[in-house]
Amino acid sequence: MNMSLTKSRRPWMNEAVATFGFIQRNYYLSKRYFWWELVWLVYTTANAMSIGFIGVAVDQSSGNGANGRVTTFLLIGALVWSYLSMLFDALSETVSWERWEGTIEYTFMAPASRATHLIGSSVYAVLYGIVRTAVMFVAISFFFDLEVQNANYAGALVVLFACSISLVGFGMCAAVMPLLSPEKGQQVTFIFGSALLLVSGVYYSIDVLPGWMQALAKFSPVTYALRGIRAALLDGASMSTLWGSIWPLLIIGVILIPLGLHVFSIGETYAKRTGRLKRSG
Amino acid sequence: MSDFALDAISIKKSFKKKRGEFHPALKSVSLRINRGEVVGILGPNGSGKSTLVRVVSTLVIPDAGSVTIFGIDALREPRKVQRMINRVSVEASFFKKLSAYENLIYGAKLYGVTTSEAKPRIGQILESIGFDMKRASEPMEHLSRGMQQKIALARALLTSPMLMLLDEPTTGLDPRSKRDVQEVVRKIRSDHDASILLCTHDMGEAEELCDRIGIILNGEIIALDSPDGLKRSYQTTGAIPTLEEVFMLATGTSIDEADAEQEDDQ
Repeated sequence: MNMSLTKSRRPWMNEAVATFGFIQRNYYLSKRYFWWELVWLVYTTANAMSIGFIGVAVDQSSGNGANGRVTTFLLIGALVWSYLSMLFDALSETVSWERWEGTIEYTFMAPASRATHLIGSSVYAVLYGIVRTAVMFVAISFFFDLEVQNANYAGALVVLFACSISLVGFGMCAAVMPLLSPEKGQQVTFIFGSALLLVSGVYYSIDVLPGWMQALAKFSPVTYALRGIRAALLDGASMSTLWGSIWPLLIIGVILIPLGLHVFSIGETYAKRTGRLKRSG
Repeated sequence: MSDFALDAISIKKSFKKKRGEFHPALKSVSLRINRGEVVGILGPNGSGKSTLVRVVSTLVIPDAGSVTIFGIDALREPRKVQRMINRVSVEASFFKKLSAYENLIYGAKLYGVTTSEAKPRIGQILESIGFDMKRASEPMEHLSRGMQQKIALARALLTSPMLMLLDEPTTGLDPRSKRDVQEVVRKIRSDHDASILLCTHDMGEAEELCDRIGIILNGEIIALDSPDGLKRSYQTTGAIPTLEEVFMLATGTSIDEADAEQEDDQ
């Protein structure tokens, strides 16, 4: 029997092949679920547009003229949240999704490391999320005159990338919940997601929040991402100005990714001790 | 490298049930499989077969005992052990919307096998197990259970495992598919240098495919020998008992009755 296929290669190369395996698998799945993806894209685009029209109404009633600053402020929030929430969901649903498909045991008994598993899933989610958000942005720009004449697009992308890193760490921490509780774990991740939406100033400035929520907002990477991206797109803020939003995101990412992997590893050991991997709940 | 493909010593595992009670799934189970040997584990539903397979495949951590695969400690070095084993279970563990080919490519990559390495092997393996290549591009959900099990066996073979764990691979299949899958197992036995742990509750399958057969009941292996050895040791009169009669003599019940009892308990 030929053992050379898997044994001759260095371990990191096996992990690289497996990482690509997760990316490719998720690409295949997006292709197979194309119509569902399309439906979801239409839904989120319509949702973002309806929020944009609230902005138009506010701009008109406040005498700023149609499609002004409030509209752009809200649409940036809707688009960024659409991307970041998709990234968070993709990570936090990693376990539940495999459980639903019935592949969880096969994946967990394979020699690919959990970091490879989660990072492979993250890379695909980031790539897919960027394409999806770009399509939404183009669609929306047909309906609204966005206030982005001075936009620093490169700066906005850098902030978005930095936020993706910290959101991946956040998603990894949340992904452990369905391992701990197959029945209720996924619901808990929805609470994490809704808390991020509430305190991060997606559709309003965090200044309007009660003091304790503003304190929580400081721990949310989405807060810094929105602050930076809005400054880049609305005011054309330079990289040195944006650095104030980027460094907290990098610090959160540097803390949360290793923490997420560690927490996930503890959760995996717990699931293996209690026999929770086999349940297809 | 150890001569034992599997050396499981005094494995104990209990699971917490509702109301804080613990159910002992494995009570000090020991099992050795020699290199190149096929060992069957016969037992009714809930007897501990699948828990044993899950412990060996690193999916369940035992409460006590040790498991080594070709001399490597599965509890301390699971990653090394995972590279040596693969498992085919009673449920088809596939992404249902993906094609057989896509599932095979994904399965291969998890074990570090690239597409260019896997592609020719997929063709060879599918041909050798009598799977029509034209159907490899169809979603798994369009294939019959028998065909899905063939793909599961192909996926396991693709990673060149030294120890194959077959957990009721023919349960629930129609007679023809069952024969086909058993034929694939026979081929694996004759063409590949793999050791096999086969859990089943099909007496004929165990007798035909296995070098030794263990009988497991309530988390304990109560007999373990070659099919002929088992029959000899349970021979009470002049006639040699069938394996079914051996099972009844060893456990005091038939496998179907034991299954029914287990279902009542659940």
